[in-house]
Amino acid sequence: MNGWVIAIIQTALMAAGAPFLTGWVKWVKCKLQCRQGPPPWQPYRDLAKLFRKEVVISDKASVIFRISPYLIFSVTALAGSIVPLLAVGLPTSAIADVIVLVGFFALARFFLALAGMDIGTAFGGMGSSREVTISSLAEPAMLLAVFTLAMTVSSTNLATMIYRLLDFPFQLYPSFIFAGLGLLLVAVAECGRIPVDNPATHLELTMVHEAMILEYSGRHLALMEWAAMLKLMIYGVLIANLFVPWGVALEYTAYDFAVAMVTITAKLLVLGIVLAVSETSLAKMRLFRVPQFLGLAFILSLLGMLSHVILEVR
Amino acid sequence: MNALYLTLLLPLFGTMLFAVAGHRRSAGTINMFICVATFATSLWLAINVFNQGTLISDGKLFYIDGFNVYLILLNAFVGMTTSVFSGPYMAHEVEIGRVDDGRMRLYYSMYQGFLFTMLVALSTNNLGLLWVAVEGATLATVLLVSLYRTPESIEAGWKYFLICGVGIAQALFGTVLIYFAADKVLPGSDETLLWTVLNAHAMELEPTVLILAFVFLLVGYGTKVGLVPLHNWLPDAHSEGPTPMSAILSGLLLNVALYAIVRFKMIIDPALGTDLPGKIMMGFGLVTFATAGLLLHRQKDVKRMFSYSSIEHMGLMTFAFGIGGSLATFGGLLHMIVHSLTKSAIFVTVGHAAHVAKTQSIDKIRGLISTQPTVGWGLLLGTVAIAGFPPFGVFTSEFLLFSATMKSWPWLVITLLIGLAVAFAGLFRHVQPMVFGEAPPGQQPVEANMWPVIIHLVLILWLGISVPEVLARWIDQATIMIVGEGLL
Amino acid sequence: MQLISLPVSEQLILTLAALILFTSFLLLAQTRLVTLIHTFALQGGLLFLTTVLVAIASGRHHLLISAALTLGLKVFFIPWQLRLLVVRLDIRREVEVVGNASLIMIGAGALTLFSYYVALPIRELSLLSTRNTIAISLAVILIGMLMIITRRKAVTQVIGFMSMENGLMFAAVAATHGMPMVVELGVALDVLVAAILFGIFFFHIRSEFGSLDVDRLNRLNEVDR
Repeated sequence: MNGWVIAIIQTALMAAGAPFLTGWVKWVKCKLQCRQGPPPWQPYRDLAKLFRKEVVISDKASVIFRISPYLIFSVTALAGSIVPLLAVGLPTSAIADVIVLVGFFALARFFLALAGMDIGTAFGGMGSSREVTISSLAEPAMLLAVFTLAMTVSSTNLATMIYRLLDFPFQLYPSFIFAGLGLLLVAVAECGRIPVDNPATHLELTMVHEAMILEYSGRHLALMEWAAMLKLMIYGVLIANLFVPWGVALEYTAYDFAVAMVTITAKLLVLGIVLAVSETSLAKMRLFRVPQFLGLAFILSLLGMLSHVILEVR
Repeated sequence: MNALYLTLLLPLFGTMLFAVAGHRRSAGTINMFICVATFATSLWLAINVFNQGTLISDGKLFYIDGFNVYLILLNAFVGMTTSVFSGPYMAHEVEIGRVDDGRMRLYYSMYQGFLFTMLVALSTNNLGLLWVAVEGATLATVLLVSLYRTPESIEAGWKYFLICGVGIAQALFGTVLIYFAADKVLPGSDETLLWTVLNAHAMELEPTVLILAFVFLLVGYGTKVGLVPLHNWLPDAHSEGPTPMSAILSGLLLNVALYAIVRFKMIIDPALGTDLPGKIMMGFGLVTFATAGLLLHRQKDVKRMFSYSSIEHMGLMTFAFGIGGSLATFGGLLHMIVHSLTKSAIFVTVGHAAHVAKTQSIDKIRGLISTQPTVGWGLLLGTVAIAGFPPFGVFTSEFLLFSATMKSWPWLVITLLIGLAVAFAGLFRHVQPMVFGEAPPGQQPVEANMWPVIIHLVLILWLGISVPEVLARWIDQATIMIVGEGLL
Repeated sequence: MQLISLPVSEQLILTLAALILFTSFLLLAQTRLVTLIHTFALQGGLLFLTTVLVAIASGRHHLLISAALTLGLKVFFIPWQLRLLVVRLDIRREVEVVGNASLIMIGAGALTLFSYYVALPIRELSLLSTRNTIAISLAVILIGMLMIITRRKAVTQVIGFMSMENGLMFAAVAATHGMPMVVELGVALDVLVAAILFGIFFFHIRSEFGSLDVDRLNRLNEVDR
């Protein structure tokens, strides 16, 4: 019982923290660019405002268009529930498998792409096709990166992975450097950040994610945006807790949870700064160069796998 | 040991001397004198080895036994006779304005530098140093190949540099692997890479590492030998460089690279206990032999054609050392000598022929025998010799080789015979019109020093009629070292 | 978990090995000349760090000399000289078109696997904990070769060649704790001379062919045409 409560709280925290992370990245970016910038909690206000607004739906929209926001958000939230934010060994860890996680993301993306095409506007279709192209390249890289870790700890279960990593004495894993970098690149591509996509612009030639949700308004848009923020959060937590697992609670005591809370906050804030710095220093790529970018991610993951096999197996 | 140090120091001194004074008119003569002196000291060294047996220097860095001393002598000899030819030849090149003072300094300095690195490679006991010296030989000759600065020669130089560099890097990896294997047996010792030490501990070395090392070494040094498919640099480098260079490249460098392979095989064979390295060498040798023979037919440049003939003979030698056994090894060692002598004589003659006809193109060289009989006969006899006709020495060594093949791999003899016939046809189809054809009007004889050719051809003839007792004993010594049993 | 606890220094060497392999991949993918030279210097730097680390960890202090040579040659002299040449030949802005980059990358991955396969019997024998590095150094050598084959610019080919040398030195340092001093010095000398010769060749090629594109070196053929 206790475990379920913690799991629910953890998922809620995840969903609640997601807008803050997005706001934080935006805020740091503004500071780096010497701009005033909205405060980090601005996304909460935006979401609240959107929820209050009226929903306008095209008369060409089918049922898919209506249910997609709910589906996407709930699937993403489900994905969030299996990523260990604070503790491992929760009841949800039974399905906390990397492949399940990738499956959830794929499901959400499938409906997102459908919804983009549903209305039949040019932008929606374009966005969907780009999104699917990018993700088809990003997914193998991501799986390869995560499998590198999985091979080290001989499990694809996220909770088990973190648990075992904490259990081993400290080791330098050359493969983790590559897998980590590869996963970072994938995260950048999947979450639609610079240099793959720019969430802050509606320039028709470049947008990917924004193009798909162009027709949404009101609470539907709010859910879509929230789901995107949640996805960034999930990737952040995944990277932070897999590659720097220290601080994750192994036992359910108040002290452990406090430590876990503080450490994960710190890790995510640092990750946000890294993301902001990279977004400031990089320019958005042409769409045709994105496969190269993801090729690099794939090569990194491949190198991670190779150096695991070559260097670490005895 | 003093003889060895002198043998090494003389060319080193020459390298430095010519770096500043190589453009003088007297440089050719001085070069010749240094080479004669080197030959004299190496002869002294050979006599020492003959009297006292195997020599090893104080720091164990140099090691002279019956196997390498005869190659040292051969090197010094071919270096000497080529230097006799090189002086007037290069003077002629200066006259017609193909090279300037700076390049003459480079030429003579690197001529000596090349001899130096070759001699170091042959005499060193340290297998790492052997690599350094062979790579050094590439570096010394690479600018000589592009001496004329024509687009073709620069292309040849670049190819030579890059292909040999890449190839020889594989050999260093092989050497590292050998060191790796030896380090397990003798951990932390500074003498681990010494050939004598490795040879003494050969049985303890790890076979799996050694076979891998051998593959890398064969590919690496094999590039230098000119084994197909790593031979591309060789015809280019031979055809575009100055002719004396082609003579010593063909006569010496290829031998030294093959020497390195055989040295390694001597360690690896007993450790492995199988004849796998031998079989690999046989395979490479046979492919090389056959391919080069066919490619001979398609050449238009006379120096290119003879360099393919060099590849063919190197393939044959590799094949011989691959078969192993005393007969084949004896034949291989003898073939090293006769091929070096014949091929350098041919290149010298070809150099003169090219001066007579003012071109290296086979189609345009005609009627040598009517214009300048010495050159024409020299080329004809040289070609007869290299094609393996009796009574020249090449016939003897090839006969030994074929007998050895007949003994262990009878059906391969057919392949060898066909290959020989193909190469023979290729050579004569080109050489015959060059020698007997109608001379183009106005073709003038040039001042030619045919003494090196005559000496070489007489020596080959002598070796073909009867191998002197001393030399036979000597080669037999080397054979015993390589395969453990003698022929005589 | 198979990676039994190694001393930190050896873990670091393994990490450096992985990073050196990574720089090899970067070299293969990089098309801008100046960045390429910098990446090459970075690889030299990693090699230097490895050498120092091995020297300290194994107590073979003569390796420090070889480390100093690496630092001087591979990190400073050769990149500096190459850069100077690139500036002098005015090809700083040139971007090389690499045909089918992703295929080459996959090829490099395959070569890495191949070298692992080749080195497999060795690692089962060795007592040294850093024996795994043989596969990595072989991969670096082979990738250097691949680079020479796939690239068309003389400068890039030279960098490929020098990165092969890096792989060799890495094998010597990490797998066998360094070669004897004589050999190390000789190899360093050879590398130095080779670097200078390459520089000379650039000028010759440039003056005869008007470009450093080695595709134009096509006059000599196996058979006449």
